[in-house]
Amino acid sequence: MTVPPPAVRPLALASGLAVLALALTGCVANAPAGSSAATAVTVDGTDDSCRVSTTTAPSGPVTFTMTNNGSDNSEFELLADDGLRIISEKENIGPGTTGSMTVSVPAGDYYTACVPGLVGEGVRAAFTVTDSGTTVEATGTEKQQIDAAATAYVGYVEDQTGQLVTATDEFLAAYTSGDDEKARNLYPLARAHYERIEPVAESFGDLDPEIDFREADVEPGTEWTGWHRIEKDLWQPTAAENGGAAYVPLTPAERRRFADLLTSDTKDLLDEVTASDFTVGIDTIANGAVGLMDEVATGKITGEEEIWSHTDLYDFQGNLEGARVAFDGVRDIVDQKDPELATSIDDQLTKVETLLSGYGSLDAGYPAYTELTDADKKKLSDAVNALSEPLSRLTSALVA
Amino acid sequence: MADGGGLSRRGLLGLVGTGVGAGVLGVGVGVGTDRAVQAHTNGSSGASASYPFFGRHQSGIVTAAQDRLHFAAFDVADGTSRDDLVELLQDWSHAASRLTAGLDVTATGATGGGLAAPPDDTGEATGLPAAGLTVTIGFGPTLFTAADGTDRFGLASKRPPALVDLPHFSGDQLVAAASGGDLCIQACSDDPQVAVHAIRNLSRIAFGRASLRWSQLGFGRTSSTTRAQTTPRNLFGFKDGTANVKAEDARAVEDGVWAAASDGAGWMAGGSYLVARKIRMTIETWDHASLGEQQTVVGRDKGEGAPLSGGTEFTAPDFTAVASDGRGPAIAPDSHVALAHPQNNDGATLLRRGYDFVDGNDELGRLNAGLFFICFNRDPRRQYVPIQTALSRDDRMNEYVKHVGSAVFAVPPGASQGGWVGETLFA
Repeated sequence: MTVPPPAVRPLALASGLAVLALALTGCVANAPAGSSAATAVTVDGTDDSCRVSTTTAPSGPVTFTMTNNGSDNSEFELLADDGLRIISEKENIGPGTTGSMTVSVPAGDYYTACVPGLVGEGVRAAFTVTDSGTTVEATGTEKQQIDAAATAYVGYVEDQTGQLVTATDEFLAAYTSGDDEKARNLYPLARAHYERIEPVAESFGDLDPEIDFREADVEPGTEWTGWHRIEKDLWQPTAAENGGAAYVPLTPAERRRFADLLTSDTKDLLDEVTASDFTVGIDTIANGAVGLMDEVATGKITGEEEIWSHTDLYDFQGNLEGARVAFDGVRDIVDQKDPELATSIDDQLTKVETLLSGYGSLDAGYPAYTELTDADKKKLSDAVNALSEPLSRLTSALVA
Repeated sequence: MADGGGLSRRGLLGLVGTGVGAGVLGVGVGVGTDRAVQAHTNGSSGASASYPFFGRHQSGIVTAAQDRLHFAAFDVADGTSRDDLVELLQDWSHAASRLTAGLDVTATGATGGGLAAPPDDTGEATGLPAAGLTVTIGFGPTLFTAADGTDRFGLASKRPPALVDLPHFSGDQLVAAASGGDLCIQACSDDPQVAVHAIRNLSRIAFGRASLRWSQLGFGRTSSTTRAQTTPRNLFGFKDGTANVKAEDARAVEDGVWAAASDGAGWMAGGSYLVARKIRMTIETWDHASLGEQQTVVGRDKGEGAPLSGGTEFTAPDFTAVASDGRGPAIAPDSHVALAHPQNNDGATLLRRGYDFVDGNDELGRLNAGLFFICFNRDPRRQYVPIQTALSRDDRMNEYVKHVGSAVFAVPPGASQGGWVGETLFA
């Protein structure tokens, strides 16, 4: 955190049009919508269910048609096997209406999701695309592929921010009710959503300081708010750890106030990324991947991000997943322009992922960062350095 | 990469530049001439000095000792193959051949690339001359046989007998984090920025293949390696290296510095062995010592540097001379000069190339200062080890010094034009 990221908000007019044009087809282009060759899949969504007519389809164009039988706006998503990257989505399907999208998908494992209320993880199910014998390759002009990748990335950012809202609500409910143990368990998991999209979140001027500043980042005269303010209250330091002064726990009313601020700021973030004029350029995606690994190198490897909870490895995983999603989203384009660079980034990403998975997972939990030896930390640092060199070439390869 | 071509594709993933693969430039003057001659003709180095990277021996050994040092030890990353290691040495050699010529690390350099990618060269040496930069590459014992005994790169059988693990010397208080290493790079220059620039860029090229284990800055040379240079003083305030092996002493250099094929490792012919020791000086204590005590410890007079047996700086010490008061020898047998002198070590010599360091201060408010000792010798078993064994046991100076870091490296012969350092090992 703390370093201002590159600007991510191009002019609303031009970009808004691109989003509109591409929202129907998604990122792995592209049979024309409604193509007769497409496999038809119907989806019946309610407020708490998502029934997909089949869980498999042959590789090639697939048309998903969702009918919203619920009471709130909903959307339909097809996600990659990481459960993070959006392959394609159809947004804002009103109650009683139907929406469809056609996407050309290669063989592999995916997830379908209906997202009633438009925020949160939604109702997910595994979806398998079998090999039909025809290779599905990225098609369309380079410009179309880039636009499609940008659209998919915006979908991912919206999805993660929506899940952040839900997870933050749950965390703060535990915190304000005094269930500190539950809050401590939920803290790093909720933050993972933020860490995955941190460079984008940081692009909204005032929000990141209010949401994610560490105590040391705050200027004199400015109130310290957000996740780390609450972190300190959940992992209360001794006087010695607190610069010699006894830590004064927050009162229930103060807890409520900080919780309300965080809720409000997180909702503002959601408003920003779901605004019709929010879009990203291909350079933003690539620079975001670099920015995420820089976050790891400067904040997590050093154990500075989570100085009270020591949950830095959760943040590390979030940042790493964010970088992976950004890279995978543009992988097809890089493959065409500089396949060797693509392979190198992929290899180094895999090395970091393998190394980190040796410590745990978001589901199973990670050890406190203070439990790692200096040798452990150096291995992680070396792997991040090895990744960051080729990754830092991604933007120039894409815009070349 | 093609031998002698540009940086490998892998090195270039950090440093993609156009026009890099065009081959190595003919750099510097006297390419292919003997380094000793080069050093001699240059006499004392200066800002305009430039030493060739290619040649029979690596530069940075008998080269006139430059004023500044950045020394770095690296560990090869897990999962690095023999081929990766070869590629790294090729990349380092190519980059070093450019850096030592005063060029950026690639042709694209610090500012010649596009705006969307990081520059190939980090840029802090832009506009600076070569400043006598030498880059000297060495191989630690663990490159041949890892600490757990594994032969990671199929090199165990090539380990030279002279590349011994140094024994524990009396009084050693070594810090593991400042000792050892699979690889080393000694970067010396008359401009500290140029030396740091070299280590920084070579480290960057290595990301993913090797990472820094420790590194050391030295701000002032404590040895002269040619006759034309004046003898510098170390942080004890004494002239150091008066009796050092000098580049002009062809016989002493051949006998005591360069390894020969007959020494047991043919690939090391024309190379040498580097011993690095980080020696902390408790200078506050030293500064409380009387001048007489200081001179007795060293065995030389502080002003002129002459041996206490009389004469001038370059007068040979006479260990049989009697003190002027008639009580005992003029040069104490346990003085530094007496114990280190070839005459008392079966003729063993060392080419010393050390540097003063001050790494800030310790938690007690004392300067964290001392000597980063570097020496080159043909066979540490016959030279450094016996000399240091005697010193560590009896040297009066031990009261004021503490060895905290230690490493030994086989420094292979120089690369031929367009070749790479280590080529003879992997042949």
